Amino acid sequence: MRSSFRQPSILPGFGLTLGFSTFFLCAIVLLPLAALVMKTASMGWREFFEVITDPRALASYRLSFGTALLAAAINSVFGFLIAWTLVRYEFPGRSLIDALIDMPFALPTAVSGIALTAVFAENGVVGQYLAPLGIKVAYTWIGIVVALTLIGLPFVVRSVQPALLEVQRDLEDAAETLGAGRFYVFRRIIMPTILPALATGFTMAFARGVGEYGSVLFISGNLPMKTEITPFLIVVKLEQFDYAGAAALGFIMLIMSFVLLLSINLLQTWGRRRVVASAR
Amino acid sequence: MRTLMGFRSGLRVALCAVLALACVACGDDAGKKSVTLLNVSYDPTRELYRDINLAFRHDWQERTGERVFVRQSHAGSGSQARAVIDGLDADVVTLALAYDIDSIQRNGKRLGANWQTRFPDNSSPYTSTIVFLVRTGNPKNILDWPDLVKPGVAVVTPNPKTSGGARWNYLAAWIYSMHHELGGDFSKLDDPAAADQVKAAQAAAERFVKDLYLRVPVLDGGARASTNTFVQREIGDVLLAWENEALLAMRALKPGTVEIVVPSVSVLAEPPVAVVDTVVDRRGTRQVAEAYLRFLYSPQGQEIAAKHYFRPRDREVLERYRNQFPELQLFTVAEVFGNWNAVHQTHFADGAIFDRIYGIGR
Repeated sequence: MRSSFRQPSILPGFGLTLGFSTFFLCAIVLLPLAALVMKTASMGWREFFEVITDPRALASYRLSFGTALLAAAINSVFGFLIAWTLVRYEFPGRSLIDALIDMPFALPTAVSGIALTAVFAENGVVGQYLAPLGIKVAYTWIGIVVALTLIGLPFVVRSVQPALLEVQRDLEDAAETLGAGRFYVFRRIIMPTILPALATGFTMAFARGVGEYGSVLFISGNLPMKTEITPFLIVVKLEQFDYAGAAALGFIMLIMSFVLLLSINLLQTWGRRRVVASAR
Repeated sequence: MRTLMGFRSGLRVALCAVLALACVACGDDAGKKSVTLLNVSYDPTRELYRDINLAFRHDWQERTGERVFVRQSHAGSGSQARAVIDGLDADVVTLALAYDIDSIQRNGKRLGANWQTRFPDNSSPYTSTIVFLVRTGNPKNILDWPDLVKPGVAVVTPNPKTSGGARWNYLAAWIYSMHHELGGDFSKLDDPAAADQVKAAQAAAERFVKDLYLRVPVLDGGARASTNTFVQREIGDVLLAWENEALLAMRALKPGTVEIVVPSVSVLAEPPVAVVDTVVDRRGTRQVAEAYLRFLYSPQGQEIAAKHYFRPRDREVLERYRNQFPELQLFTVAEVFGNWNAVHQTHFADGAIFDRIYGIGR
């Protein structure tokens, strides 16, 4: 790839739009992040390491990132399925289901948390049948995964839907006339087209899950070392007026999320190159 | 819940502001002055201050001819304190525990260090205590603190790290155990001759609260959330609750499903009030803000507090509500722990006793 700062373009207004984008990003995104780093910088290295390697904090990272990854993975499978159903089939009530997908976006997260807890608690509609089987959902890590799955679902569906529409049906037909089986068509034609979108959906659902607080608070039970997510620990620190400690945990979450998101993106780019290469 | 409440209280504040504007605009008494106050309070006082504000408005107008509008803000006590530290212009704060106002003093320097001596009774116009809420008929036969650690009893209480109310629950349990170990004589705490006995009692108290907290299936973030878990989700056999919350839950939430058990010993919870000096001096509202807090101590204010299930300081009013507030042995934080800073360092700071219960500690 040729590297030059400014690619020649026939569109006017490059300076203006780039300037505005930079300004907007700085004011809205970078400024609060800078404040977070500044606050963290107010503590010494030793103190910082003590806060971020506290056993309780370590347990919360495992829980936060583990449940968010699991929920995003579940959403990738079922979100794809839902998107597929909505795009490929005509059936009564389709637009209703389509509208329903966005509900978790609009619902205040506390409301979804309370509703899920009510459903999955031992006296709840679903929980009462799970309890005799020895399955506890509310107030365990499973409950957190359920909450994050609900919150993250629209991200996957809404990313995959347009990509699925893009898949050229005549390509599929052509492949089938050339003797490709259904699974082969799915693997070699449909998947490569939607994979970037699916990865984007996964990434967004994951990022949302890591940061989620409102709904998890109600369903997790917040037992130390067991069901405390990192955002909850941050609130615990704030509640003790330990601003620096809270900022340190926030900073670590930021770094970990950034590294994870970056690697997913790199993976995606690498995957795309491979697909392009194999197609040649 | 927090965002929900924040939204609702935000709505309420907005509504009050609109009403206030409308009243000023329609100018029914255009010549007279009007003044607004902002009272930053914690969650369970919502209904209490609605009535207090109304009564105070009449009272103040009668005495001075000035119209006063009090705006309210409610959320968890700790987060309210943080909001004031970070610059929320509260004329008065009415919070759940003195530690939160101390923090405003320490971190924000917005009021004087002697704030707690400026109003009578440690600046706490009303008090409450920690009682038990059990299922109707008391199936597990829970009568006093030792019954909470019987086999098969599950206790519901919020997380003392995030909830001001929950700290009172924890301290009440500690007080019971110390009281039991020391034979009811807290003067031994300052007696060098009894140092060994005090040490043994503290070890026993630590074991007791550990036993108790290891039976907690859900540590909610706040007191209301715990009440919900116990009453609506039907989790646990006993809820440790503020007396005012317990009375409210019993009468309003699901009447007939829960009842109150009053233990032999508990903590005297003293929710404090204070005027925020820097704000009232800048806004010129000191006089009315102080009158507002003093009104809480008036017979009328005390009556309203009692009606909302807070124990009034006024003896006469308390006697009138005696069957609502049964007598029990109550001890203050100052008597047993000294001060809130000491409480925080020994019990709730990172790595302190509460963390050790869960095996996290230094």
